[in-house]
Amino acid sequence: MISSWPVLLGVTFTPVTLTGIYLASTICFVLALKALSSPRHARRGNLIGVAGMVIAVGLTFADQRIGHDWIIGVGMVIGAAIGIPAARKVRMTAMPQMVAAFNGVGGGAAALVSLVEFLHDVPAGVSPDKVVEIIFGLVIGCLSLSGSALAFAKLQELMTGRPITYPSQQMVNGGAGIAVVALGVVTIALPNLGTLAAMAIISLFLGASVVLPVGGADTPVLISLLNSFTGLAVAADGFVLDNLVLIVAGTLVGASGALLTKMMSDAMGRSLPNIVFGGFKPAVATTAGGGVAGDSRSVRSSDAADIGTLLAYSRKVMIVPGYGLAVAQAQHVIAELAKTLEDRGVEVAYAIHPVAGRMPGHMNVLLAEADVPYESLIEMDHANPQFPTTDVALVVGANDVVNPAARDLPGSPIYGMPILNVDQAGAVVFLKRSMRPGFAGIDNELLYDPKTVMLFGDAKESLTKLVASVKAA
Amino acid sequence: MVSTPVTLLFIFILAAFVGYEVISKVPSILHTPLMSGSNAIHGVILVGAMIIANEARGPLEIALALVAVILATLNIVGGVAVTDRMLEMFKGRQQSRGARSEERGP
Repeated sequence: MISSWPVLLGVTFTPVTLTGIYLASTICFVLALKALSSPRHARRGNLIGVAGMVIAVGLTFADQRIGHDWIIGVGMVIGAAIGIPAARKVRMTAMPQMVAAFNGVGGGAAALVSLVEFLHDVPAGVSPDKVVEIIFGLVIGCLSLSGSALAFAKLQELMTGRPITYPSQQMVNGGAGIAVVALGVVTIALPNLGTLAAMAIISLFLGASVVLPVGGADTPVLISLLNSFTGLAVAADGFVLDNLVLIVAGTLVGASGALLTKMMSDAMGRSLPNIVFGGFKPAVATTAGGGVAGDSRSVRSSDAADIGTLLAYSRKVMIVPGYGLAVAQAQHVIAELAKTLEDRGVEVAYAIHPVAGRMPGHMNVLLAEADVPYESLIEMDHANPQFPTTDVALVVGANDVVNPAARDLPGSPIYGMPILNVDQAGAVVFLKRSMRPGFAGIDNELLYDPKTVMLFGDAKESLTKLVASVKAA
Repeated sequence: MVSTPVTLLFIFILAAFVGYEVISKVPSILHTPLMSGSNAIHGVILVGAMIIANEARGPLEIALALVAVILATLNIVGGVAVTDRMLEMFKGRQQSRGARSEERGP
């Protein structure tokens, strides 16, 4: 018997050694998650995760007793050839959709594993509990794949980031959910490819359909939820294949992902049901909020020379960066503007909203890339008390996170979201491309406030002009 | 392997608790890297893809298994690389902060 067990580097892979090595791999994953959640050890955490992965994959490779090694080799080479350049080249601003994409392919892989296992085992007959496990892996994997694909499309602006709703949308989704369950019951009773495939297709539809009404600003929270889903699909495949490392690693991600999703939505002052189902309401609220004053309100816009002078003769300027800054790649120019102002004796700080940019922490990453000193970044709770003593709040490409409606207008879809109180500053300067509303798709009263000045244009160009005019002032 | 469905369920529930407890408190600045890092970890589905690739019979199973291996590999390498790039930024900042405090020194 012993001779049938594979030998590698003098180690015979008995079931006990196999389990021991898999255990080492899963411990690596636990430690990786632990380290990733602390600022000091985060990078090490990623490396520990890689170590766990190398152990698990290496062991599985050594454990292969039959042929088909070429499939694995070819597949891994192709996957790496696509994935590494994509991840290396993507701009920091596009990180959120990259995470969505890599999460989606993971869900797709989990669904395929379930499907192939079904194809492989059905001719020989399968036990009902194995069919249940296969169904879980397939359905959750499909939901994650199509949901992530749609989230990617929204963030990549292949389609509108606004919530997309249509009448009786919830009924359609509910019906699809019931259909999946019903087909599942049929498949368990009578395992056949027809109902399984139908279930997969409806799951794919359902995943995309659930993401459809979620607004662009909430999409990162949804990606985190789908990330947790993929973990569960992987765990289900672990049950299918009787593989401990899949069960444990998948469940770890599923559970920690669920908690992380909750923490993210808390940071936005939203509840998860509100994010997933909230998109069904704002269509009404938007018209109610924006329709009151109509288009008669006037907006004050100015040129870079005037605003440069305003900034140059202020005592204290608070910069509020948002996604527009990121998308214009203006993080370096704004650092230059801040330095120019500081050289003139103006006090400059950055007020960072927890969800500024497109994901929590995204803005910190972008400003760190531009060498903005860490001490200049002020978190929302510390920034808000400073606005009443601030002369000018310079809002660059942010909108929803400074919208007073979130604080004052109970009917607003973003009501309850914590905001930066820039309206309490002496003057507010908005650098925006247009009057277009932010991701939440709602109007911002602050834009029409008499103390607000707009400077229209690309954030990078506007900031470059401002640097010149501050120097000239 | 001596794994009965009940044992596996036992392990599943324990793993769920560990996953929940291990990241009890995360500063918001690390939410994105943590999501991306755990995203890379579920790329371990590559192990499952390798197992089905190994036992695949016939062109359909082989083709599907090949796609599964490609997607799982993408998940791992992409997830790890993206996470590393995000965390690289923090590392750079910590270094520059250290450099500045040295300048301020004696």
